[in-house]
Amino acid sequence: MTREATPPADACGAPGPADAVPPASADPSKAYRKRTRREFLRSGGMLSLSSLMGTAALMVPEGDAKAATEWAEHFQKNYRLMTPQEKAEARLRLERRHSAEYGKKVTVDTTDAQPGVLMGYALNVRKCIGCRRCVKACVEENNQSRGERPGERIEWIQVLRMERGEFKREKMDQGYPEGLGIQVGGNAYTPAGTVLEGQYHYAPEAVPEKDATYMPIACMQCEKPPCVKVCPVRTTYREADGPVVIDYNWCIGCRMCMGACPYWARRMNVTSPVLPKDQMNPVTHYLGNRPRMRGVVEKCHWCLQRTRHGRYPACVEVCPVGARKFGNLLDPDSEVSKVLERKNVFRLKAELNTFPKFFYFYD
Amino acid sequence: MPVRFAVDYLRYVLKGGAAFYAWMGVLAVLIAGMLYVYWLQNTEGLIVTGLTSQIHDGLYLANLVFLVGVAAGAVTIVFPAYVYHHEGMHKVTVLGEMLAISAVIMVMMFVFAHMGRPDRLWHMIPVIGIYSFSSMLGWDVLVLNGYLFLNVVVGFWFLYSKYTGVPVNRRVFMPLVYVSIVWALSIHTVTAFLLAVNPARPMWFHSMMPIRFIATAFAAGPALIVVAFLLIRRTTRFWIDDSAIRLLATIVTWCLGIALFLTLSEIVIEFYSRTEHANGLYYLMFGLHGLTGLVPWFWSAVVLMVAAFVLLLTPAVRADVKRLPIPCLMAFAGIWIEKGMGLIVPGFIPSPIGEVTEYHPTFVEVLMTLGIWAFGFFILTILLKGAIGVLLGEVRSGAHPAPAAPIAAPAVH
Repeated sequence: MTREATPPADACGAPGPADAVPPASADPSKAYRKRTRREFLRSGGMLSLSSLMGTAALMVPEGDAKAATEWAEHFQKNYRLMTPQEKAEARLRLERRHSAEYGKKVTVDTTDAQPGVLMGYALNVRKCIGCRRCVKACVEENNQSRGERPGERIEWIQVLRMERGEFKREKMDQGYPEGLGIQVGGNAYTPAGTVLEGQYHYAPEAVPEKDATYMPIACMQCEKPPCVKVCPVRTTYREADGPVVIDYNWCIGCRMCMGACPYWARRMNVTSPVLPKDQMNPVTHYLGNRPRMRGVVEKCHWCLQRTRHGRYPACVEVCPVGARKFGNLLDPDSEVSKVLERKNVFRLKAELNTFPKFFYFYD
Repeated sequence: MPVRFAVDYLRYVLKGGAAFYAWMGVLAVLIAGMLYVYWLQNTEGLIVTGLTSQIHDGLYLANLVFLVGVAAGAVTIVFPAYVYHHEGMHKVTVLGEMLAISAVIMVMMFVFAHMGRPDRLWHMIPVIGIYSFSSMLGWDVLVLNGYLFLNVVVGFWFLYSKYTGVPVNRRVFMPLVYVSIVWALSIHTVTAFLLAVNPARPMWFHSMMPIRFIATAFAAGPALIVVAFLLIRRTTRFWIDDSAIRLLATIVTWCLGIALFLTLSEIVIEFYSRTEHANGLYYLMFGLHGLTGLVPWFWSAVVLMVAAFVLLLTPAVRADVKRLPIPCLMAFAGIWIEKGMGLIVPGFIPSPIGEVTEYHPTFVEVLMTLGIWAFGFFILTILLKGAIGVLLGEVRSGAHPAPAAPIAAPAVH
């Protein structure tokens, strides 16, 4: 379903840069068009140059290229500190290695954040039917590991199933189960672990279920991200257009960020990701969905490979009920700005002062 | 001259009987096992451990935290020796510093074991990598390296001066000692901050953790030192004064008491209101949603610590060097459980979205942990044996040419 939505492999790497094509629908595109002619020409030129280099790289014998590029990758700098030249080289190395590894032309986009864009996300909790198409689309778009052993299966979106009827009249009169406090009796509440917390391992015959509501979560792309603060090597950071990203080549796998995240958004690659060749999405971004390696942390990045080129994230595109809205928070006409203006909006765990750019709302 | 010192030191260490070589041999086997699982972990990945995206820190971080405490605990010798000029302690200060060096080396090895990409640890080094001042892990690595450096300098400078007979320059030496005393507190404080600054983990998110860490460290560290001292008195000709051992036993007693008090305070405060933030502690003490993996561990830690405290309060036990190792080992084991697995793992249960899962360390993790401890004891044996030789005057510059003993000489004199 998402495969069709994915653009052809050369959409953003081909000599005709993707930004020449009118962006499909997402709002960041509006700010995107406002760029000066000079910036436009420069980035276009760089795109076509590196895609040329990428093509050249494919002609090198496979085994040698792989070994050589892997060796060079060990010594490259943190992405943010690279000169444009070094970025181009790093990109070339990755394109060469991944193309050899997956047997098709893989592009690694390095498009920077565009001025005037601050990405934002809004999710209608009332509309979500818990179908988890977003989870599936995300895995396919973002090259997550999909093996069988525990830890080999990584999903960035979790849809929490919440029992409806926790506050039914019959239950209100029951007090709460013993063993959960010194006081027994009094106000009614259910045991910790089922009210505020949902279950994401659910397998109904059909959704939506009558007795459930759903609460999808993923990385909240906080404005004050605790994960960024604790990173000892500054490999994870907030990009200028909002998303919190990771330079997978610089990550040391210390997992401090996972301990700091209050939304359980981060996942550890406990082994080399299982990514079948035919299922690999070859349109990638350096800070986004390029294949990860063993021992590093990964998370949602709002599909940088799409959104930097004016497209929606895969989860937004696939949502059958339109519960997911994405756009430029700085653009008053964007869908997400309109949602924030008119709907009842809340942030998850707002008391932690993380200031997510992922908002929940209901009609 | 320093080269001569190193050679004499090592020669003295290498002379040993069958028991010495059997001990070192057993440790070497465990170290070899550790190297194997380390290789496995860095080819297969952390999938060979019991760590998951839900519970991503386990045995390694637990031991790391505990051993930082042991390293800091060495200050319970240095402080009375240099600040209160305690006679008995002054003679053995350097042994405490040797313990600190070994403990910090173990901590570093647990850092390596913990990392997903140890090959990239150079990314943390300033200039060639990026050093982040906002990261507690960065600070922890910084203060630990500083503590290692201070203890190596202070410890070996002292030994070297004994070796050559030239007294240390107290104008430089004493400030280093005082810095190392404060520094010992800093390493454990920063380790507590490492965990406690995360509001995402309510079980850890309280300001009592640093002082609790220091209290438990000053119980576990000297408890180990008491046992080591009694062993040294038995197996070598080096005599450690009763006064030193008695003072250490007193320190263990009261720090253990404070630690128990802090544990009790936490339990009362968390369970009086019994919010969801108490779920981690509830899991630890009673289990949650039918998962009770840590419950026996927690209660055995409580029994060990309380019993050790009662025994230590009994003058007949505290004053009797024959019986003293029992409560010391009990306290050490109890704190290892409570502050290690009993603190790290429940921090992840339930996960921030409420998922209750359990952590089961695998054989790889157990062997790695044993191997790192073995390596620590290997280093500790070498350091202590040589240091005792220097203190006994058997390793001394020019006194008598170092006996050219063959490597497998039968016994120490």
